[in-house]
Amino acid sequence: MSDLMSKEFALDESPPTLRGRLLHKMWHLRMGVIGGLIILGLVVTAIFCPVLAPQDPYKQDITKRLKPPSWMEGGRPGHLLGTDHLGRDLLSRIMYGTRVSLTVGISAVLLQVLIGVGLGLLAGYYSSKIDSVISFFVNCMMGFPFILLAMSLVAVLGPSLQNIIIALGVTGWPVFTRVTRIETLRLREREFVLAATSLAFSTARILARHILPNLLPSILVLGTVEVARAIIQESLLSFLGLGIQPPTPSWGVMLAEGRNYMLLQWWFAAFPGVAIFLSALGINLLGDALRDLIDPHLRKS
Amino acid sequence: MKTYIIKRLIQSIGVCLVISMISFFLLFLNTDPALLLLPPEAEVKDIELFKKQMGLDRPLIVQYGDFLRKVVFHGDFGQSFVAKVPALQVIVERLPATIKLTVAVMIFVNLVSIPVGIIAAIRRYSLIDNVATFFALIGQAMPLYWFGIMLIIVFGVWLRWLPISGSDSLAHLVLPAVTLGSWILPVNMRLTRSGMLDVLNQDYIRTARAKGLTEKKVLIKHAFRNAAIPLITVLGMQIGLLLGGAVVTETVFAWPGMGRLAVDSIRMGDYPVVQAVVVIFAFFVIISNLVADVLAALIDPRIRLE
Repeated sequence: MSDLMSKEFALDESPPTLRGRLLHKMWHLRMGVIGGLIILGLVVTAIFCPVLAPQDPYKQDITKRLKPPSWMEGGRPGHLLGTDHLGRDLLSRIMYGTRVSLTVGISAVLLQVLIGVGLGLLAGYYSSKIDSVISFFVNCMMGFPFILLAMSLVAVLGPSLQNIIIALGVTGWPVFTRVTRIETLRLREREFVLAATSLAFSTARILARHILPNLLPSILVLGTVEVARAIIQESLLSFLGLGIQPPTPSWGVMLAEGRNYMLLQWWFAAFPGVAIFLSALGINLLGDALRDLIDPHLRKS
Repeated sequence: MKTYIIKRLIQSIGVCLVISMISFFLLFLNTDPALLLLPPEAEVKDIELFKKQMGLDRPLIVQYGDFLRKVVFHGDFGQSFVAKVPALQVIVERLPATIKLTVAVMIFVNLVSIPVGIIAAIRRYSLIDNVATFFALIGQAMPLYWFGIMLIIVFGVWLRWLPISGSDSLAHLVLPAVTLGSWILPVNMRLTRSGMLDVLNQDYIRTARAKGLTEKKVLIKHAFRNAAIPLITVLGMQIGLLLGGAVVTETVFAWPGMGRLAVDSIRMGDYPVVQAVVVIFAFFVIISNLVADVLAALIDPRIRLE
């Protein structure tokens, strides 16, 4: 999905006039700044939520269950976004939820990068049998219904934070392999790599010191967008009951709980989703701006 | 053309084999299947006997060969632990609902994305183009299942316009199809737009205009037909995405299709059904990719000669 998406957005051509181009650039920059601010907010919340959260996210109070947001009729002061089915403060739980989302999002993508970039380097550098084998395997992974594989993996390994990271990591890497492989193929023919080869540097050194640094911008851009995807996927696994288990505050778990009350207490399902949406949006905005700024050949204008 | 199809066919069979292998070995990753099948109070002696009877004591690779043979020649994925009938039968019963949903999504998506994409290409950087770009950005960040729940709350609960679960009538189809469709809609819209933009600068479009054809004819007969080629390939790839998305959508809307079956089976540890669903899903994905590639190669000879 994001593969198609990023390709599509990357092909976005610049407007024909100078004024148009400047506006276009400004728009991207401004959006990038907004994205950056959202992410900063997320990180600060994740680190300081014990201080920032208005309530204890685990404290139940059955007398205050399913109260609407405080600005609505029947809302309680101190529960800005209302309470859940056990009387816990929704806002505090959403704030603690950033911890799970960011941990899973970042760790899973790091794992994907480790596997994907490694294989992509090999496939691109030795374009022969190794390339065919790796490319074939990438095709297989692409043919696999991703979400089913991740779900089955979590089901077999057992639902825990660590296993979710593993499941998302070992299923999501092919995108990185594709990008790394193509870029490596291109770089391999460049003069500085030929020079390094003729100096009889070891393959490992050429890959690590000469090719990899040139790949970093693309990997960074793709990695940013993939973090958003991993966050959505973690919440999905948790929503389906195959991820983080209650009572740990995770946005997916909260959405699953809130879904049971959606007929009357809309806020319970709505706000955790807003949190997921805003995080993914912020990360995507930053990713788009990064691509515009640091990765000229993805921009193709 | 023949060599191209044969090459792609062999590749596809290879992918099918690897996927069947992954789905088979998944079961052995952490659990002993005998323990899943037997009641927890079974004694060690009984477990050994059971393993011998079921052939679970043989080397894994032999067991896989056996599994593959049964699947390929008899369509036999084993008995469902839960339903106590062949796993394939469980799936076949759920298949029509998923196909219905997928077809509805395809119709909805193309009805919206193609006209909007064409308009966005003709009126570049106009309001409609920018609005379309904006929605594409929003759509990319929106969790599918949350969007479904919000649609239920707004259109099912507040406005009471549409039913929120079940699959009896056409009205039941609207919310699930819009939810699932919203997932790929932005991509198709952007693809139509960029495809049209590529084509509109070509000489033959200028020629068509110069010979005095109506703008409508130029756009539809000359421009869109050529812009549609990348769209066909993507539509083929999207069948796979849609099946994955169906897992989520069907769960949210209690739609009785294969996706919900997959979630339920994974949750209940009904491994024969899980294996069957994974293999059949993958089969659909591979077939639709293959058909899309062959179609694209038929339309555009440059692809098959590459």
